Amino acid sequence: MLEIRNLCAGVDGKEILKGLNLTVKAGEIHAIMGPNGSGKSTLAQVLAGRGDYEVSKGSVMFNGASLLELKPEERARAGVFLAFQYPVEIPGVNSTVFLKAALNECRKARGQEELDAVEFLALVKKKTKLLELDQSLLGRAVNEGFSGGEKKRNEIFQMAILEPKLAILDETDSGLDIDALRVVSDGVNKLHGPDNAALVITHYQRLLDYIVPDYVHVLVHGQIVKTGGKELALELEKRGYDWILEGAAKNGKP
Amino acid sequence: MMDTIAPTQREAATASVSGSDLGPEPAWLQSLREKAKMRLGEIGFPTTALEEWRFTNVAPLQQWALHAASPAARRIGRADIEPFLLARDGYCLVFVDGQFRQDLSNLPSQGASLKAGSLHSYWNAEGRELENNLGRHAHFDENYFTALNTAGFQDGAFVAAVANAIVEQPIQLLYVAASERPHAVVHARNLLVAHHSSSLKIIETYASLTDAPHFTNAVTEVVLGPDARLEHCKLQNENENAFHISWTQAVQARNSRWLSHSIATGARLARNQIQTLLNSEGAEGVLNGLYFARGQQLIDHHTVVDHAQPRCESHEFYYGILSDRAHGVFNGKIFVRQDAQKTNAKQTNRNLVLSETALINTKPQLEIFADDVKCTHGATVGQLNEEALFYLRARGIGVDLARRMLVRAFANDAVERITLAAVRQHLEKLLSARFEGLNTSVSSHGQ
Repeated sequence: MLEIRNLCAGVDGKEILKGLNLTVKAGEIHAIMGPNGSGKSTLAQVLAGRGDYEVSKGSVMFNGASLLELKPEERARAGVFLAFQYPVEIPGVNSTVFLKAALNECRKARGQEELDAVEFLALVKKKTKLLELDQSLLGRAVNEGFSGGEKKRNEIFQMAILEPKLAILDETDSGLDIDALRVVSDGVNKLHGPDNAALVITHYQRLLDYIVPDYVHVLVHGQIVKTGGKELALELEKRGYDWILEGAAKNGKP
Repeated sequence: MMDTIAPTQREAATASVSGSDLGPEPAWLQSLREKAKMRLGEIGFPTTALEEWRFTNVAPLQQWALHAASPAARRIGRADIEPFLLARDGYCLVFVDGQFRQDLSNLPSQGASLKAGSLHSYWNAEGRELENNLGRHAHFDENYFTALNTAGFQDGAFVAAVANAIVEQPIQLLYVAASERPHAVVHARNLLVAHHSSSLKIIETYASLTDAPHFTNAVTEVVLGPDARLEHCKLQNENENAFHISWTQAVQARNSRWLSHSIATGARLARNQIQTLLNSEGAEGVLNGLYFARGQQLIDHHTVVDHAQPRCESHEFYYGILSDRAHGVFNGKIFVRQDAQKTNAKQTNRNLVLSETALINTKPQLEIFADDVKCTHGATVGQLNEEALFYLRARGIGVDLARRMLVRAFANDAVERITLAAVRQHLEKLLSARFEGLNTSVSSHGQ
């Protein structure tokens, strides 16, 4: 599904990703862990298509198409979804209006019929239940005045509505209490199936108790330096990142 | 050059007076017109050398051979004005090329509590009320266009609520320019009076039926008695060849409340002077506005809130959206006179600039002579929020739609401040049409 080859990218002339390789197949959940500043969020932003980031080298293939040549909205319509680390508050744009427009843009691009207001509301009702989301939030402006937990829940709710092929969760666990973490994780798990994949970016192992990954990758200095199964996350939790950093240094990597 | 053109203006003004066949005018009005006419030559046509007209160049008007329009007026029927009416069966006073059209108007039944009709129909019945107010509040001593209007206005609307009358249903004053012949001029004149403890809702609309360049020069005087309340929306959506100059002057008595909205989307050049005199304790003035200029339009608002007495409040929110090569001007003056202790005045002007070639000149101007006052002001000029834009696009919404959604959100803030539901609904439609054609292509970098 996703094939990242030798990806080099940065911002403001500073290179952050330095030859990153990653392959994600349908049905898999991959976790990306790493210390602060290793490039985890940069990877998420580059995949979603944020204009501030420049890709200097490498390729990203998504279901056979070159992802880097697509505009952010085209990537979303193709099935890439980024759950933002810091969801943006957009005063004056109603949540429901926004999400209906987004869904119908995606459906149009996929050759599906657009949903009318009644069909859309039925879908919303179903999915809010899944995320235990207070439906009244959807009458408000996008993320405006939402608590930290509500914002993260709203991200996963949007994901539930848009049904992406590849979900990228950028530190979705940060700022969540344990109950919210469970609800968000439940949502992600329920949405996961053999036809889609998830890239879970996290600093802590905690989230991976709830969303169990098939692979865990350690990102250091813009490269994946170690890959393992879910037990690698536990080892990182116990031993920290230092032993990997030392190992990477010994191997002559930066 | 000024001297050669000013007489033309005077002739146009005079022509429209003598050309009216509306019957004799009272002596006090004739004398008022004479004074204004004399003053006109002394003031001179405004140029950009004057601070008040620095950014707003009305010189092209001097090249126009102005004429008082009339021939087209007869052909205009109900179907032509329907799109501009805010409520199908609502009260309205319709003026076509400045001429009152009783047949197109829907006047409230003339009970004892509410009077509404053309100025001309009230010269006798309300002689004293008109004499006491007309030209007494919108001073023409220093203002060329107000003098021109006073000297030459053909007709206009008179609406008055007597003491304690609560008039729930809005009354619309609709001015449509219909002349196909270019350079028609209309000097519209309105007098709105809300007496002691009464309440009125007025919607003042200016629109064009053709693309011919025309000139509207409107003066509206608003008088609020003690404890009166007047909601007042001015909607200006004339064609983009028109020149629109208007002066709205309110005078507020004790504990009165004036809510003014100026929604300006039309004209090639629009200048709105909106002023209130808070003339007695406890008065409150709310001055809100939205200007939305595109192409080569220039839309200028000059507001003046004059706190003349203690314990008055004023709140001002003006929003501007500028695209293409449009030019916006906002000048907000707040005077706090020496006696006006405990004044509370707030002014905000926010601008969204959607292209590199659009321009805004914004200037708050506070002159405070009292010491125990609370006055705040703020002006912002910004572009669309890139973070918000990316967020919308990352959910699949195309860049054009995403930009329109954000511009719309900005405008909604202004629209939501309007208390008249009919105006809000009308604006939704008007703005939707505008957003469809909105050129946002140079507003943002990125992909």
